[in-house]
Amino acid sequence: MQAINRIRSRTVVLPTKDIDTDQIIPARFLTTTSREGLGDVLFHDLRFAADGTRNDHFVLNTPAAAGCEILVAGNNLGCGSSREHAPWALLDYGIRAVISTEIADIFRNNSLKNGLIPIVVDAQTHEYLLQNAGIELDIDVKSSTLTLPDGKIVEFPIDGFARYCLVEGIDQLGFLQTHMNSIENYEETRSWMP
Amino acid sequence: MTGATTLFEKTWSDHVVVAETADTPAVLYVDLHLIHEVTTPQAFTVLRTEGLSVRRPDLTLATMDHSTPTLPVSSFKDLAIVGESAAKQIVRMEENCRDFGIELFGFDSEHRGIVHVIGPELGATQPGKTIVCGDSHTSTHGAFGALAFGIGTTEVSHVLATQCLLQRKPKTLAINVAGRLPPGVTSKDLILAIIGEIGVDGGTGHVIEFRGAAISALDMEARMTVCNMSIEAGARAGMIAPDDTTFEYLHGRPRSPRGANWDAAVSRWRTLQSDPGVEFDRSVTLDAGNLQPMVTFGTNPGMVIGINDPVPDNTADPSFRKALDYMRVTAGKPLTETAVDVVFVGSCTNSRLSDLRQAADLITGHKVADGVRMLVVPGSQQIKKDAEALGLDRIFVAAGAEWRESGCSMCLGMNGDTVGNGQLSVSTSNRNFEGRQGVGARTILASPLTATASAICGRVADPRAYLQ
Ligand code: SF4
Repeated sequence: MQAINRIRSRTVVLPTKDIDTDQIIPARFLTTTSREGLGDVLFHDLRFAADGTRNDHFVLNTPAAAGCEILVAGNNLGCGSSREHAPWALLDYGIRAVISTEIADIFRNNSLKNGLIPIVVDAQTHEYLLQNAGIELDIDVKSSTLTLPDGKIVEFPIDGFARYCLVEGIDQLGFLQTHMNSIENYEETRSWMP
Repeated sequence: MTGATTLFEKTWSDHVVVAETADTPAVLYVDLHLIHEVTTPQAFTVLRTEGLSVRRPDLTLATMDHSTPTLPVSSFKDLAIVGESAAKQIVRMEENCRDFGIELFGFDSEHRGIVHVIGPELGATQPGKTIVCGDSHTSTHGAFGALAFGIGTTEVSHVLATQCLLQRKPKTLAINVAGRLPPGVTSKDLILAIIGEIGVDGGTGHVIEFRGAAISALDMEARMTVCNMSIEAGARAGMIAPDDTTFEYLHGRPRSPRGANWDAAVSRWRTLQSDPGVEFDRSVTLDAGNLQPMVTFGTNPGMVIGINDPVPDNTADPSFRKALDYMRVTAGKPLTETAVDVVFVGSCTNSRLSDLRQAADLITGHKVADGVRMLVVPGSQQIKKDAEALGLDRIFVAAGAEWRESGCSMCLGMNGDTVGNGQLSVSTSNRNFEGRQGVGARTILASPLTATASAICGRVADPRAYLQ
């Protein structure tokens, strides 16, 4: 995986609460066998009407959203399915960090494994971000901070190991494989092994 | 009480290969890895690119359920009915299982079915195991006292290659349910009420243990319905301590231990209880006796009310208003006057024999209302066979419902079974997200009884009116 440390970008704001993975990428697009090209169907049913026409009012379709790499969502982002297609679609579209007050466990895990930075902020910062779409944020993964345009620094929680892997570009499978001996020992010593 | 531990903690510590530190997560061993066609192709690609093999094909159980058609297929050519890419995905699953030596319960198998239905049915799901699958409803298996949770595709590749996962230890949440469910109120209503109470993010970061008299009184199929939806409260997993009900269910199943191994397993399983007086990080208490049939009115499973209650008026909140607009329901009014287009009885939440039986009993002597489409989809080929032996299929067909091959079907719109744009569906599945059952589909989640009563009535209906 590529090392990721800083993301500097304007925000795009989708203030809806409880955005679930079916909204991020509808199930009918999960029949793919690769991870490429999913950006085309990101938020598909919000970006396009049933007849395929583009919904110009949807925030991602507005000119101001072009090039934004940080998505600020309403409370509680990413509930629902375990589909890793959700972070794949966001990344493929060009989103590199997502911000909310709460981020669902599996979605957060999947994001971290793919280099999409899940950021949980306090209610006050969240409200400020919701009210000020398009501001430029500076995210620093190593120090787990984001800097607002006025210079205010907000810390965000991120698992230390996940952060290390992101910043160093470490592949977690490779890390697991360094424990192969312990895994073998465990299998041998457990008498009630299925 | 010092040293007291929870069921979750016991199961967790039994599977720690390398302990967690401040800097690194634990390496956790996986006893059973369930795989299906939708979330695995990219994981197998990782193995192929890195030249890796599957470490424990014997602990890996594969089936096809999500993108498979529920109309009978006689050959692979027929798969085109679900679309070209879905057909390709199904073929890829066959190739991957063949190349990596994994037994696949595929089209020709009498054991094929929804992954969370066949694990328990085969006896592969057992107390104290760690069970994972690239699917959030893996929480279902927690009904047996297993620690079971959904993972993403990258993690699927980790488990395939190492039989282990990197995990941080979650917190614990006790949900104590006292009393007994009244007639016409099922475990589906109970779990919907719980989600309504704690919210769709109420369990985030936690493993739930469902406890109390009302939980102990449930049979295994009803317990699976409860644990299935723990993920809808955001929980990492849901667990129920194993007891005689669990052991009776597992006894004699194809993958259950036999003879002396069975006795040894049961004595071990009996130790899988939270110690008396143990403290959970959080706890919530409910009385099952106060519950009524529950229905969702919005676009997440936490937006739920009693069948005769009015839709709450929270319309100052734009997200809430958006959900009501999407569902085309009115604040202040109950849902019982709402016309129904589709009724779906199926999914890993409610497609087991007892669910189908309840639906069949209720519909006997009635017809599906004019203009309503009712689809009944058993969770596995085994359930299909058992239901047909009881004549349930004939009851459904005589009433005007469709009877299908097993699969995820209308739970999610990716296999040919969908709810039309704008149509209202009363569904026994677990997610009422926008578009989940098809573009523009409006989903009301309910129990098999409520869904069936609604099919008969043509409007969202209280099943208790039909229970004599
Ligand atoms: S029935 Fe629905 S929830 Fe269950 S595994 Fe299939 S798609 Fe997922």
